[in-house]
Amino acid sequence: MSFTIFALVALFFVIVYQIGKASEYAGILRGEEKVKAQSNRLMAALLLLFFIVGCWGLWECHYALLDKMLPKSASVQGEAYDEMLNATIIITGIVFIATQALLFWFAFRYQAREDRKAYFYPHNNKLELLWTTIPAIIMAIMVAVGLKHWFSVTSTAPANSQVVEIVGKQFNWLIRYPGADGELGKRNFRLINDANNVLGLDYKDKHNLDDIVNQSGELHLVKGRPVKLIIGSRDVIHDVGLPQFRYKMDAVPGITTSIWFTPSVSTEEMKKITKNPNFVYEISCDQLCGSGHYSMRGTVIVHDTQAELNQWMKSQKSDYAINFGSTAPAASSSGVDEKKTTSGDSSKKVSMR
Amino acid sequence: MSEQITIDGPNAVQGGGQVHGDDHQIHNDFDRHGAHDGHAHKEPHFIFKYIFSQDHKYIAKQFLITGIIWAIIGALFSVFFRLQLGWPDKTFPILETFLGHWAKGGKLSAEFYYSLVTMHGTILIFFVLTAGLSGTFSNLLIPLQLGARDMASPFMNMLSYWFFFTAGVIMFTSLFVQTGPASGGWTAYPPLSALKEATQGSGVGMDLWLVSMSLFVVSSLLGGLNYVSTVLNMRTKGMSMTRMPLTVWAFFFTAILGILSFPVLFSGFVLLIFDRSFGTSFYLSEIFINGRALSHVGGSAILYQHLFWFLGHPEVYIIMLPGMGITSEILSTNARKPIFGYFAMVISLVGITTLAFLVWAHHMFVTGMSPFLGSIFVLLTLLIAVPSAVKVFNWLTTLWRGNIRFNVPMMFAIGFVSMFISGGLTGIFLGNSALDIHLHDTYFVIAHFHIVMGVSAFFGMFAGLYYWFPKFYGRFMNNTLGYIHFWITFIGAYLIFWPMHYEGIAGMPRRYYDFSAWQSFKQFQSLNEFISIVVIVVFFGQLLFVVNFFTSIWKGKKMTDPNPWQSNTLEWTTPIKTIHGNWPGEIPTVYRWPYDYKDDGNGKDYVPQNVPLRPGEESY
Repeated sequence: MSFTIFALVALFFVIVYQIGKASEYAGILRGEEKVKAQSNRLMAALLLLFFIVGCWGLWECHYALLDKMLPKSASVQGEAYDEMLNATIIITGIVFIATQALLFWFAFRYQAREDRKAYFYPHNNKLELLWTTIPAIIMAIMVAVGLKHWFSVTSTAPANSQVVEIVGKQFNWLIRYPGADGELGKRNFRLINDANNVLGLDYKDKHNLDDIVNQSGELHLVKGRPVKLIIGSRDVIHDVGLPQFRYKMDAVPGITTSIWFTPSVSTEEMKKITKNPNFVYEISCDQLCGSGHYSMRGTVIVHDTQAELNQWMKSQKSDYAINFGSTAPAASSSGVDEKKTTSGDSSKKVSMR
Repeated sequence: MSEQITIDGPNAVQGGGQVHGDDHQIHNDFDRHGAHDGHAHKEPHFIFKYIFSQDHKYIAKQFLITGIIWAIIGALFSVFFRLQLGWPDKTFPILETFLGHWAKGGKLSAEFYYSLVTMHGTILIFFVLTAGLSGTFSNLLIPLQLGARDMASPFMNMLSYWFFFTAGVIMFTSLFVQTGPASGGWTAYPPLSALKEATQGSGVGMDLWLVSMSLFVVSSLLGGLNYVSTVLNMRTKGMSMTRMPLTVWAFFFTAILGILSFPVLFSGFVLLIFDRSFGTSFYLSEIFINGRALSHVGGSAILYQHLFWFLGHPEVYIIMLPGMGITSEILSTNARKPIFGYFAMVISLVGITTLAFLVWAHHMFVTGMSPFLGSIFVLLTLLIAVPSAVKVFNWLTTLWRGNIRFNVPMMFAIGFVSMFISGGLTGIFLGNSALDIHLHDTYFVIAHFHIVMGVSAFFGMFAGLYYWFPKFYGRFMNNTLGYIHFWITFIGAYLIFWPMHYEGIAGMPRRYYDFSAWQSFKQFQSLNEFISIVVIVVFFGQLLFVVNFFTSIWKGKKMTDPNPWQSNTLEWTTPIKTIHGNWPGEIPTVYRWPYDYKDDGNGKDYVPQNVPLRPGEESY
């Protein structure tokens, strides 16, 4: 089988090569100038044809892929994003078509002919000035619009934001909710242990006692309430990618980053909109983080109401309760440290491949 | 050591070529080099003529052939990983034949998929489009187009190649180590690249990668310093800077970019080597991996990215500028018209070169950088669109009312302009941080940079190869095969990369081994399959070029006219059979700019640079 393919490919090459050679000899016989003029006409026509067929192909491609392209925005900020994206597509689209059209039209229109003489036209400062200033003005407008968005999406999160921490590790997302006290406690990477403290919560900090840790990467949010994500990493650089919310932020070990946005469409609503009963928002890892990078998947569940989220929260046990029973911790965190086992790391093995 | 041999040719004749527009100095130099014209002295030994050659034309060939070999390897890797992306649920026994235990049962392992992606990037960006492109054309054209007998330092020039060669050997070796070659991406971000626990490729493979790349930096600097000093010091009489062809201007700025940015990359690599091997914490902080907390604290993983992209972004222009120069030259010659706005073209090169150093952090908008800092980089990044637009409009105006000959180099030059427009415009999306937030690290980025610097730069390179092939080998490449190669590549490149924009806008992340578990991205499976099929076709199309190239060296149509394209530049005043020292007699004197495509008064439509002004004619 593979030999046949190899033989066919080789045969193809021999044939094409022979055609090439034959045309060279034929060219010498028929007079090189004549052959050159002929291929010149052919190539000029093909270039114009390429542009026309290309435009049709563009249209077809657009028609076929448009629905698959931009998922419906699920955040307030995402709607503004889509507007800006569309405007940029239109502006660049016009420039694209105009310049490509000129390129291929000039190529066709000014193909070499016996009776044509090229027009000696070395420079024109007015034209240069024109096409320096116009792009500069367009760029200035795009920068202004872009920066307005940029400063609004990177502004400080509103005070009423829900705060959630998301931490990347090879190869899944760990999500921590603050629990009833509404505050995330301190973490220390030296306290991490895969058996009973995946995030290295420091239990000297009482805020940690009620913190809920979700190891399956489920991010629960509420429609209409801003959420601030505190982003971190345990090992290498990851990146929290939220395509439907139009957000992305690196998770860097040793550095805390954050983003905030306001979900505007709940998961249930999105199921109806997409007519997909299994619809789920996904968190992708967007920074190469090792061999399991492609499988580092989390999910987002946007609840319709705060009450619904509260109900889900109530059903969750705090990480402390899960690992150390419901009793209050010893005065120091040393008790926790003693329970550290070396067997840890089970979650990693599962997700490795 | 046979000292007299290594020094003999180039250094001796170089004295003759060393003229820097200083009119008085030139005459006493002529006598000196005249003595060498007859080739009375001993021929260099085989080894020094064909292996450790110091002739710039021969070194250019060495870079070229090495580059072609690397390009085939790099392209083959992309075919391998496209098989995985196109048909994630199928097996390909041929993969096991090639890759052994990395593709057990014909299925590529995820680990090796990432190694292939990493190697594909490293090889094509550095070995092919930096060394292969600059090394070939800067070496060939700077002395020939400026009227110099060789480079400022032929010996350093030779070293430049051999450092590159050694870097290549080490990189090639890394393909065969037990834990596989580096797999952290061509950007090699730590901690992934710093910790061997993080991924298999960060073991010995990464060590070899770093050593190889460090040697590559040395090669690049030796070459670059040579190019700059040759351009500044060794122009023939009359060849003022403002009479240099745009190719030389482009190579000049390329070399400056490399000289100023590669050392920063090197320092980044040194720190990474320290972190990997000597326990320092430049890039590492608060890491828990493989069941234990590491002792590193206080470093910043982002620091590496700043050092890397300080080269990484200029690198894009190191790849692009030679293509721009070659395209300007070929468009003008074949439109039989002067390049429109020569000075605007030079100034836009200056603009691009300057801005290239000031935009690196646009690769890092989502690393959590200060929004204010981000905004500065948005402004500077979008500014670069202005000189780029000027270049495009000037190319278009060069075609306007021309008398265009569509030979193969011209087709690739037109393809270059088309690709540069397409890829340049998507840069406006990515350079705008507010839009980058969603598009960052998706297939949109892949589409953008492959079109604008991968495909365009290759088109520049192909245009140059078809155009200057007669200068290299005294023969032509086959036209028909060239046209077929062009159309397969041109159509294929658009078919491969255009649809990727759509995938990227959907948020589909790059560097994924398999999308089938993702509800948000798996709708593109059939599209990925389509792209992979085109990739295979285009790959075989490139082999057509390789066949054409190598057979034409021996079997191509012979060059009979020393100036086959009716061009104005000096390289076509050298004899058909090139010699060491380039010109058998005096070096030609230059009287005019390189784009005097006008009626010469004798029925020809061009006036070469070495033709004196007619009485009453004004120099442009």
